[in-house]
Amino acid sequence: MDVLSRIPQLLTYGLISGCILSLGGIGVSLTYSILGFSNFAHGDFMALGAYIALALLPAIAWLGIPAASLGPLSFGWDWILAVLLAAMLSSACVVLLDRLLFRQLRSAHRITLMISTVGVALALRNLIQFIWGPQPQTYASAIQKAIRIERLGIRIKPDQIFIILVALTLATALHLFLRYTKIGKAMRATSDNPSLARVCGIKTERVILWTWIIGASLATVAGALAGIENKFITPELGWQMLLSIFAAVILGGIGNPYGAIVGGLVVGISEEVSTAFISTGYKPAVAFVILILMLLIRPTGLLGRKS
Amino acid sequence: MEIIAGIVNYLVFFGITAGTYGVLSLGLNLQWGQTGLFNIGVAGFYAVGAYTAALISGPPPDAWDGRLVGGLELPFLIGLLAAALVAGIVAVLIGLPTLRLRSDYLAIATIGIAETIRLILKNESWLTNGVWGLQQIPSPLYASIHGWATRLVDAHPDLPVWVQRLVGKAYNGFYLLLVVGVLVLLYLLTTRLVKSPWGRVLRAIREDESVVAMSGKNVFFYRMQALVLGAMIMGIGGALYAHYARFISPNSFEPLYGTFLVWVMLILGGTGSNRGAILGAFVVWGIWAGTDFVAAYLPFSAPQIAALRIIIIGILLEVVILLKPNGLLPERRR
Repeated sequence: MDVLSRIPQLLTYGLISGCILSLGGIGVSLTYSILGFSNFAHGDFMALGAYIALALLPAIAWLGIPAASLGPLSFGWDWILAVLLAAMLSSACVVLLDRLLFRQLRSAHRITLMISTVGVALALRNLIQFIWGPQPQTYASAIQKAIRIERLGIRIKPDQIFIILVALTLATALHLFLRYTKIGKAMRATSDNPSLARVCGIKTERVILWTWIIGASLATVAGALAGIENKFITPELGWQMLLSIFAAVILGGIGNPYGAIVGGLVVGISEEVSTAFISTGYKPAVAFVILILMLLIRPTGLLGRKS
Repeated sequence: MEIIAGIVNYLVFFGITAGTYGVLSLGLNLQWGQTGLFNIGVAGFYAVGAYTAALISGPPPDAWDGRLVGGLELPFLIGLLAAALVAGIVAVLIGLPTLRLRSDYLAIATIGIAETIRLILKNESWLTNGVWGLQQIPSPLYASIHGWATRLVDAHPDLPVWVQRLVGKAYNGFYLLLVVGVLVLLYLLTTRLVKSPWGRVLRAIREDESVVAMSGKNVFFYRMQALVLGAMIMGIGGALYAHYARFISPNSFEPLYGTFLVWVMLILGGTGSNRGAILGAFVVWGIWAGTDFVAAYLPFSAPQIAALRIIIIGILLEVVILLKPNGLLPERRR
């Protein structure tokens, strides 16, 4: 009885962390489908974005932009502005990284690229630690009162509702982008058949550029939202979520951004609900168990196609 | 002369660590270098080997311990073999769901197994003593060799200081011989395997698995053999580490030390080449240890220096991939 009464609340937490995982997973999935390799540095792109946003907050205050509050939320307009600018800056960093490293390796073996992303992951995480230090940092220290929804038996903070709304908005925007814009269509075509897309006159390098921009921007938002949800950010922020993100991406069908969203929600909810039944010390292993089960039962993922 | 004694003692210590890494690097070369298996959970197999050896050869739990079982106090060699065996069993379990699939899945599954093993080591205190780790792991023949060295120094107080310092560290010299002995044995074994028809099948799988499958070989089974054998070698590396460090905890097996450095070693040394794997271990450990000396003169805080050293290794990896992808001692095409 006691365990069951906790389930609605755990489902809510799972939904929130699932939203963050989904936003991270979309980038991994897009990189995989367009560039053809698993990017193990994606978690650290999330941390990079979160820290750039942190660094921009004082700069925005210095410029004299007032930190007008956003009603019941723990942060203000300045934070939203900082995250938007951070998304642009981290996109620029990632595009630069692509020019310096990944572009030189376009014709190399997939696994060579994956190894290089492992190196990038470690170097980037430690660059963040070098600049900002290993200790946890916070965006805002305001304490928030949770809203009680008696009918559902849950409590939820305004910040958490904001996270869900942001994820919904961005997922919808991504859908419209992939479906209706020219570059979105080109991305889907490249993902379906790269050589055919190139023959049809689609500029692969432009598609790759946009893949990195979208991936890094969503990673920044995911990292910043994780900072709001956890109340702090550390250089390890992204690396700690990487396994869950990959489990989500494989669960949904690697290479399919919609699958990443579904997978993110399933993994996030499973991780939180698991704490009702097993020791919280094993929460990080839940994603791994889901991953292995999925590989055994249906390696192409829920929404994946047969390769 | 005293400085020379200090340098010799340091080099012996250096050789023990680099030699242990050489063992890990040889294991990874069998998996990745020969067969193309993308294992980024080396730390997991390394940890399993170390903990197995510590539990087989170490003392039983004492009153302050969180453990309930373990510590069989069996001889070193039995612990070493058990370490290889248990690491091999873990490899079978991880290979079953992943070896039929694309290499990306094996990669992410091995990250997962390494993290899960770390969680088990942290949480199952009844067996592993949790975050406090296992202590007083015996070093083989420590009492006799160190006792001999101590008696020698006591009996001859007129010996020059530098001789006393060298003799005082006699046990490290013995352990270096032990590590080098194991490394040479494993080198001879893996080189023989690589040259055999079996090794040719592995390389054929690496280059084009469909050709191997068409010629009637069971690709999955060969991959499994390479994964398990490589993991067993990594388990031996873990046992060598545990018996020298005498203390292990979950933090000893973080992905940086357990996995990433080994990858850089193999790639810098020469993927696919056993001699390269060993050379890479010594060169990269030399660079890693060297940055420690240099960093002391830089105006940064301790966490910054730690981060900077890792950034340097990360950049080194990318530079090798871009400029010298075949490594210092490239694999000879047969």
